[in-house]
Amino acid sequence: MAISVEGVHKRYGGKPALAGLDLEVKSGTVQAVLGPNGAGKTTAVRIMSTLLRHDEGVVRVAGHDVRTQAPAVRARIGLLGQHAALDEGLGGRQNLEMFGRLNHLGARRAGLRADELLDLFGLADTGRKPVKQYSGGMRRRLDLAASLITEPEVLFLDEPTTGLDPRGRAEVWSAVRSLVGGGTTVLLTTQYLEEADQLADRITLIDAGRVAAEGTADELKSLVGADRIVVVLRDEARLAQAARLLPEPAVDADSLTLSFPVEDRMAGLALTLRVLEEAGIEAVDLAVRRPTLDEVFLHLTDRTDAAEVAA
Amino acid sequence: MSVSTSTSTSAGPSAGRGVPWVVVDSWTMTRRELAHWARQPVQMVVGLVFPVMLLLMFGFLVGGGRGIDGEYVEFLVPGMLALTMAFGLEATMTAVTQDLGKGVIDRFRAMPMSSAAVLVGRSAADMLQSAVGLAVLAGVGLLLGWRWHGSPAAALLAFALLLLLRFAMLWIGIYLGMVAGRPELVQAVQILVWPVGFLSNAFATAESMPGWLGAVVEWNPMSATATAVRDLFGNPAAAGPSWAGDHAALLAVGWPVLLLAVFFPLAVARFRGLGK
Repeated sequence: MAISVEGVHKRYGGKPALAGLDLEVKSGTVQAVLGPNGAGKTTAVRIMSTLLRHDEGVVRVAGHDVRTQAPAVRARIGLLGQHAALDEGLGGRQNLEMFGRLNHLGARRAGLRADELLDLFGLADTGRKPVKQYSGGMRRRLDLAASLITEPEVLFLDEPTTGLDPRGRAEVWSAVRSLVGGGTTVLLTTQYLEEADQLADRITLIDAGRVAAEGTADELKSLVGADRIVVVLRDEARLAQAARLLPEPAVDADSLTLSFPVEDRMAGLALTLRVLEEAGIEAVDLAVRRPTLDEVFLHLTDRTDAAEVAA
Repeated sequence: MSVSTSTSTSAGPSAGRGVPWVVVDSWTMTRRELAHWARQPVQMVVGLVFPVMLLLMFGFLVGGGRGIDGEYVEFLVPGMLALTMAFGLEATMTAVTQDLGKGVIDRFRAMPMSSAAVLVGRSAADMLQSAVGLAVLAGVGLLLGWRWHGSPAAALLAFALLLLLRFAMLWIGIYLGMVAGRPELVQAVQILVWPVGFLSNAFATAESMPGWLGAVVEWNPMSATATAVRDLFGNPAAAGPSWAGDHAALLAVGWPVLLLAVFFPLAVARFRGLGK
């Protein structure tokens, strides 16, 4: 196991941020930790990367205990935090060289590694510019480069693509994919289900500081039924009315869409048509499809017994 | 894209040839600040020119339009040197707050570097900058006619006392910077530093002030350093016949040591507590 987290509790001023978190990540795999804001994703990453001490439980990363062997853990991990952890006043190359020295590569190798990473992340031309003049995407790439200086065994990415445009997001994704090819274990947190679906071998869904569900994307999808009927309504009033009539609907008010799981596709379609017609509700669109992780997410986090679903 | 090379880290206690990592890492952190100066020379120059401007302003103002009053310059220069050291607090506090705000401290703390190096590097860089500041201000003082009349050893001791005051301010700055954590609070402290700096004998003698104010001014740590430094340089003294005035040298050592005894452990504990 590259990462093992057992029964971790963390309280901030009496308020629990983590309430018995368990997590196991196999070496060389990508694990996504998915959850809404305030679920405890960042707290978990800060604990695993030795930045924060937990109150209870055991956390081992790359074979070492984060509490008692923090220096050994630090020598084996890379961390990409939510906000760029760079010296804005220095150039890109100066940043990487400084971090290389502080990772104890020695002056010569720190310099070589800095050039190598600048090349790799397409920043060679802008290496001398101060970081404060970098665009958001460039900053993120440099930040990622800085967390790869020592070729970490375990790489933590805390919401790596939040705030990036689609192009920046694609760049980060391709970098992560190539890392995994090299044997690095990656743990990434995200609010984007698509990102977890795209990158991760396994997904852990956390809510209120504990695991709500764990598995591959397919396993999680099957938790909410094989197929779903999707109905798009004309307005919010009709959406609300339909939601009252149909069984176990997941409602998305922004897209005026509701969906619900069915055992039998045809019977489900027939039921939907009949119910809508009887109530005099006109649907804009009607379809059958496999559930998305979004629905898994809404389904699991809306329910108070979410933890039991996982068990 | 491939990210593999033949790099690896050593996490042993020393960097070879018996040099401990804390020294190597601290030097890297100091170099980081030096690189900032090279990147932002204007900011660096403004920092150096500001006290020079104050010196000229007060010199001419009190000279009453007759140009610089020689005797007052003799009195003013040591006071300005002490004031500059005290104002160093702001620079340290601002830098610490910025590092915390930008998250770069998190990267330092998640790396196998010596964690003490973050604070040691900060102090070394700030002390270097202050030493340069002292040299520039003293140089301008010499041009205006200020001289030291004592022995070179006494003059060196005076500069050492000034840097001791700066060192105490440095650790107050590190502590307050970590407590404040936000630029808005730094501004509040900056506003408070001014009255503390000016309620000293940097510009006028305590004797010339009302009794209660004179007492406050005499016991101001900055006044103690200014008075002791004036004595060592052989410049006109500011102190009247009072306990604080008679024991300025003792206070000029005692105050910074006392402040360090309070704020050094507070700052270190606060830094360690970042992971709590």
